[in-house]
Amino acid sequence: MHDFTYYAQILISGLTIGSLYALIAIGYTMVYGILRLINFAHGDMFMVAGFIMIYITSWSSSFLGAGSIVVGLILTLILTVILGVMIEKVAYKPLRSAPRMSVMISAIGVSYLLQNLSTYVTGGLAQSYPNIPWLRTEIQIGSITVRRLAILTPVLTILLVIALVLLIKHTKMGMAMRAVAKDFDTAQLMGIRIDRIISFTFVIGSFLAAVGSILYFSYIGQVSPTIGAMPGLKSFVAAVFGGIGSVPGAVIGSYIIGICETFIKSNQNISIFSNAFTFALLIIILLIKPNGLFGEKLKEKV
Amino acid sequence: MSEPVLKLENVTMQFGGVVAVDDLSMEVRQGEIVALIGPNGAGKTTAFNVVTGVYAPTNGCLYLDGKPYLCEHPAGKAKKTYLGSDADKFVRHPTLRKTPDQITNMGLARTFQNIRLFGKLTVFENVLIAKHMHARGGFLAATFHLNGREEARMRREAMELLEIVGLAELKDETAANLPYGQQRRLEIARALATDPRLLILDEPAAGMNPQETVELTEFIREIREQFDLSILLIEHHMNLVMDISDRIYVLEFGKLIAEGIPVEVQADERVIEAYLGVDLDA
Amino acid sequence: MKNNKKRNLLCSLLLAAALVALLLYIDNSPLKSSMLSTVLQKGAIYALLVVSMNLLNGFTGLFSLGQAGFMLLGAYTYAILTIPVAQRINVYQYFDGGIVQFQMPQIPALILAGLVAAVFAALIGAPVLRLKSDYLAIATLGFAEILRAVIQWEKLGPLTNASNILRKFTGYNSILFPFIVSGICIAIIVLLINSTYGRAFKAIREDEIAAEAMGINLMKHKMLSFCTSSFFAGIGGALLAMFQFNAHAKNFTTAMTYEILLIVVIGGIGSITGSILGSFLYVACSEWWLRFLDNPTVIGTFKVPLLGHGFRMVVFSVVIMVIVLFYRQGLMGTREFSWDAVFAFFGKLGRFFRNLFTGKKAVKGGVVHE
Repeated sequence: MHDFTYYAQILISGLTIGSLYALIAIGYTMVYGILRLINFAHGDMFMVAGFIMIYITSWSSSFLGAGSIVVGLILTLILTVILGVMIEKVAYKPLRSAPRMSVMISAIGVSYLLQNLSTYVTGGLAQSYPNIPWLRTEIQIGSITVRRLAILTPVLTILLVIALVLLIKHTKMGMAMRAVAKDFDTAQLMGIRIDRIISFTFVIGSFLAAVGSILYFSYIGQVSPTIGAMPGLKSFVAAVFGGIGSVPGAVIGSYIIGICETFIKSNQNISIFSNAFTFALLIIILLIKPNGLFGEKLKEKV
Repeated sequence: MSEPVLKLENVTMQFGGVVAVDDLSMEVRQGEIVALIGPNGAGKTTAFNVVTGVYAPTNGCLYLDGKPYLCEHPAGKAKKTYLGSDADKFVRHPTLRKTPDQITNMGLARTFQNIRLFGKLTVFENVLIAKHMHARGGFLAATFHLNGREEARMRREAMELLEIVGLAELKDETAANLPYGQQRRLEIARALATDPRLLILDEPAAGMNPQETVELTEFIREIREQFDLSILLIEHHMNLVMDISDRIYVLEFGKLIAEGIPVEVQADERVIEAYLGVDLDA
Repeated sequence: MKNNKKRNLLCSLLLAAALVALLLYIDNSPLKSSMLSTVLQKGAIYALLVVSMNLLNGFTGLFSLGQAGFMLLGAYTYAILTIPVAQRINVYQYFDGGIVQFQMPQIPALILAGLVAAVFAALIGAPVLRLKSDYLAIATLGFAEILRAVIQWEKLGPLTNASNILRKFTGYNSILFPFIVSGICIAIIVLLINSTYGRAFKAIREDEIAAEAMGINLMKHKMLSFCTSSFFAGIGGALLAMFQFNAHAKNFTTAMTYEILLIVVIGGIGSITGSILGSFLYVACSEWWLRFLDNPTVIGTFKVPLLGHGFRMVVFSVVIMVIVLFYRQGLMGTREFSWDAVFAFFGKLGRFFRNLFTGKKAVKGGVVHE
């Protein structure tokens, strides 16, 4: 049998993974809430953010030295946001009145493009992520040894989520976002500038994905071109689990999935099912409670 | 007297705290054209959606040719929140919920308020698809085209129908490209292809000009004769309704306020009140 | 009209005969191991995979992303059933030769491969086909991933060889084989699409609510389409395994589903001939014609910019995005190839040249002003 420390370690890494999923899942859930689109490219954007960090730090370290990490962090956030908005403008906006299948195919196409582009640029090999000094140091809590990163991730995630919920609840922009999510056409008739709201949604989603990417890749240490796909899909599952369109739902779903998955991974006999578990959970949820834990019901007009 | 083609028995439809249709009982007899009218928001469309099986009623039973096809009564928690005016006499009949396709199979065909044709398919295919329901050949037989005789019969019948409704020359036209009036006509033809006993028309004259409306009136009369149909229609056009209907039911706030032949309904005080400010001849 | 029919039939027969002659020639010449032969075989197999996906996505309007999962089932069923008994101890080296100790003939095994995929489709379809478009996509995608994990499970090793590769099963000798199997399967799909059931599928694609109001049982018909599509995906998966001489669960990823979906889009969602054309074009480009993009090339002292490992796929992705965004119809849209159209085209071309030579100006509508 394992002792308490063992389980506490697993729980903590589960919380870390869950937080990272949450940061990605928010991007999915917000975009879905507004555009009714599974943004398949979101996970790949997360991967690209990792490479941006790697290239910028290695490029700027020649003349900035240790400061290159800071420059890297800032530029990663900015460039990822720009990328996210650009993807929306180029690949989704022209298809706004097209059938839903076309938009989804476009999203898959973008995902394909980002993966292939990264393979081309990087040569397809995994590259090691710059070491952000402070995050990696280990600290001792009772009998448990953890890296600062493992503590920082959940804390930062919760703070960002609270900020986001406040923004959605209490600002004019947030109200407009809720209106668009509720009824796209009516919101447009009410004079809400849809395109601005959508861009803003992508800004938030990409920003959180960039933060998530910094934390995630610091955690696992390397980036490769196809690494974004799985966390991306799992985050989407988390978003569905929590009820698509609901930010707190996505966060709770992410934590549940993150923790369960870490426990499954830690057991040698069933670790191969860690991905399968997530999808099994998804299928069960869709069948029992298709609107997720906190989702609202959507109805089709006859 | 024989069983009515369509019968509604104490039908109530409640959405949350709103009772859209309240204790509605009505019937359509063999060969009749019956209209369901009422001011905006009276619950006509909801009633329509219950009859065609899109919604399951909160309480009540519906019968086609005396056979029940939808039966519901509130149970458990729903009983306490039930707001229909017949709360003391729930239907005892066991719950029965047929899906729209099963209901069509029982002999009820419908059209849609905002036309729902198979837009990218041809006029002929639109009608032919409605014949699929009666295909007896199995999946494999049909795939390997072993049902030649049946296929030929379906095609012949679909073609005959197009000739009757006057769309035969347009048979290879894409449905979405037809002018509005002909799309309506095609929708009716498609519904007729299912060989219904009862045809339900959801605002068939919506968006039509007076000339088209007159033609439509004539057309509806014709098909009733030709196909031995009973017809239920929901309509705003008072001219059409008064001209064509054998009987009229009037809804207001979900409740039935009047019933009778056109002259009676036109003279009914409550109906006039409900429509106050609305010119009945409009 | 009748003459045209005869002419079209004749043209089709001539084309088929030419194809068979070409394949027979390649089969018996050194070309058999050439790139051309590889492209033709893989193209034929992909054609079946793409058409089967198109049946579901293009003709029934069900956005399913489970293709790789059903291919995996087909490939594994076929492989497990046709490994020679004597070879099993080598293939299942960690599992004492595995628990299956017989070898089935090729064709029954191939049909069984399809049937296993169809049975799984029926099991998963009952719950997930109720879901709306994008949820269906993600649920089927998830199902394929689950399957991939289950097949690699250590406990199933005696049956599936766990995460080890399956090989040494019956292959094919003549390159005609994939063409014949694929051709028969596609022909059956075409027959289905033109039958009354095929029309019902199209009705569901166009408008579910109206289709249901026309007496079409949505669940039953979606299920039929889903199982049929999976059946042929299973056979396609088995063919692919034969072509590659191995079956390995690791390869049947979501990326494979995406690849096939993108060919559906290139060919035209809802066009069979588009799918076939798209498959051969895609395979030819990716395996052959665009290979040069992957090799750094120096002409004289000039190094051609951009060329290098992975550039081909970038070009591909860009082409696909351009098609998705600007040519949403793909090669064929929902139209099908027809000889009439070909003859009409050449007729027009002929008239154009005639007019060119006689000095008349062709004006739209065919009216010639002097």
